[in-house]
Amino acid sequence: MTPIQSGQSLRLAGVSKTYGGFRALEPTDLDVKAGEFLTLLGPSGSGKTTLLNLTAGYVEPTAGEIRIGARDVTHMPARHRNIGMVFQNYALFPHMSVGENVAYGLSVRRLPKPEIARRVGEILALMRLDGFADRPVQQLSGGQQQRVALARALVIEPDVLLMDEPLGALDKQLRRSVQLELRRLHQKLGRTTIYVTHDQEEALVLSDRIAVMDGGRIQQLGTVDDLYDRPLNAFVAGFIGESNLLPVRVLSTSGGQASVDVEAFRRTIAVDAAPGTATGEPARLLIRPEHIELGLGGDGVAAEIVEVIYLGELTQLTLRLDGGETLAARQITDRTLRAGARVHVSWKPGHARAVPHSPSKPTKTEKADA
Amino acid sequence: MARRHLETACLLGPALVVLALLFVVPLGRLFSLAFTDPAGPFATFGVLADSAVYRQVMWNTFVVAVMVTALCVLLAWPVAYVLSRLEGVWFGLALYGVLFPFWISVLVRTFSWMLLLERNGPINRLLMATGITEAPLALLFNNVGVLVGMIHVLLPYMILPLYGAMVRIDRRLLLASDGLGAGLIDTFRRIYLPLCLPGLAGGATFVFLLSLGFFITPALLGGSNAITLSMLIASFVNDRLAWSLAAAGSLALLAIVLVLMALTARLLPIERGLFAR
Repeated sequence: MTPIQSGQSLRLAGVSKTYGGFRALEPTDLDVKAGEFLTLLGPSGSGKTTLLNLTAGYVEPTAGEIRIGARDVTHMPARHRNIGMVFQNYALFPHMSVGENVAYGLSVRRLPKPEIARRVGEILALMRLDGFADRPVQQLSGGQQQRVALARALVIEPDVLLMDEPLGALDKQLRRSVQLELRRLHQKLGRTTIYVTHDQEEALVLSDRIAVMDGGRIQQLGTVDDLYDRPLNAFVAGFIGESNLLPVRVLSTSGGQASVDVEAFRRTIAVDAAPGTATGEPARLLIRPEHIELGLGGDGVAAEIVEVIYLGELTQLTLRLDGGETLAARQITDRTLRAGARVHVSWKPGHARAVPHSPSKPTKTEKADA
Repeated sequence: MARRHLETACLLGPALVVLALLFVVPLGRLFSLAFTDPAGPFATFGVLADSAVYRQVMWNTFVVAVMVTALCVLLAWPVAYVLSRLEGVWFGLALYGVLFPFWISVLVRTFSWMLLLERNGPINRLLMATGITEAPLALLFNNVGVLVGMIHVLLPYMILPLYGAMVRIDRRLLLASDGLGAGLIDTFRRIYLPLCLPGLAGGATFVFLLSLGFFITPALLGGSNAITLSMLIASFVNDRLAWSLAAAGSLALLAIVLVLMALTARLLPIERGLFAR
């Protein structure tokens, strides 16, 4: 097939959205490079769908500016933005066949019939939907409907492809294979994509970069490595991967390091600190379960193994510190680890990190103000 | 299974017996009367076909029914649309507004229209007071009066099915159409209208069929200047005691209606919109 030109860059500057007294999106800056796959990841109500709808043009921003490529689209209706949108329920036109659904965006652009037929044929082949053109969409399986929705969005060669939890309606097994297919497709077409999901695994499989959202703002934007190894706050640390987050008192900070008093350990330690960790501010100590090392002696923190779950090559352990707090740990399976055993917990320098406690959800305070 | 069938028969039985004895049998008897004219089994149809009056009344009845249906569609569309977008208390109020006329007898409403529309009634006085007309308009005892009265009675039958179709349309379909580059006209013509079509066709069928057989309203508001088929059939029975002619007229009406319905079903892609979810 003919190569499809790549997408455009997307820039949001100070974009916010308020409904009545409710701040759905705090003033937000976001730069997406042409051809990038960016995921908005967050719990429901975090503002990710609002951000997507603002980009699509279904919602007008309260303030700020939105650009697609060089075009200012801030107040442009969706139909002029040249975006491709895939809805969670696919929103296929129920009274049309697969072919008519896919052709719709081209036919409202008044393209010549032969060109429409050619492009619809190409995209259906790309989506492995050849021979489905005359089928009513109602007769398709969920996975097939999802592919039709994607074909309908892609055939207009959108500057930006927007997807709102497109795999939400699929069963788990299917979701996995569609994720890989989406990834393959994105690598092949290189179309700028904004993808909304609350499923972190999905975000990790698909994205170049992930924006973790909560309380109407982007908590952190970065690659998977950034988010996992260098989370900016306890919300991101807790949302991406598994984590132990212990309350700490920050005694002092200097040059990316902090001295923190960990009540659960009954000792003061020096650790790497996320920017924003400040003396006197609430903070957490992050240690990933796989970074916890167990020894029988040494100067580690004393703990008791209370639960052992063998997962084959790995073993999931629950440890209880003498103060009563529990830690999750994951080890390469070692059959000598038994519940009831006393161990000493340690970690390599750099594997424990102080992060600010996530800012309290601004939406709640906003609501109280309103 | 046998038990289930017995239950079904028992539950349906009383209604079926009543319908059969009081509706199907008399209907069959009435239609059979059409073929009992002394001049031969099809003589009554010959009389009707030759009669200019009958053809005129038939034509007038259809014209009135088509106009009532068309005007009901135009008036019902915005109401149904607003109804489909309202929520909570406002929806309840609007729905009661639509249903309220059902609580008042058609006869009472028709007499009310006679008072409103008469030569010296409030509407004519208002028109003359504001200088829109010099002399009172003839609003009563012609097709104008018939149209006003019938539309008033039949409008809810158009609004409710149309509302039913509109409220089932997923708003995201319209967003999807918008996002794909369609203007408002394209979105209306290619997405919204086809999905409303089942409700539209259902409502229009109700209104059209009810208009064809309407008796009280045209009889009171139209009088002898706007005779409809139902009035003619009543006069065959009451004034001329010509039961066979009345039966033949009814049968002809039924046949024409069935043909029209079949054509409509064939022409409109209703069944595609029916899958709308």
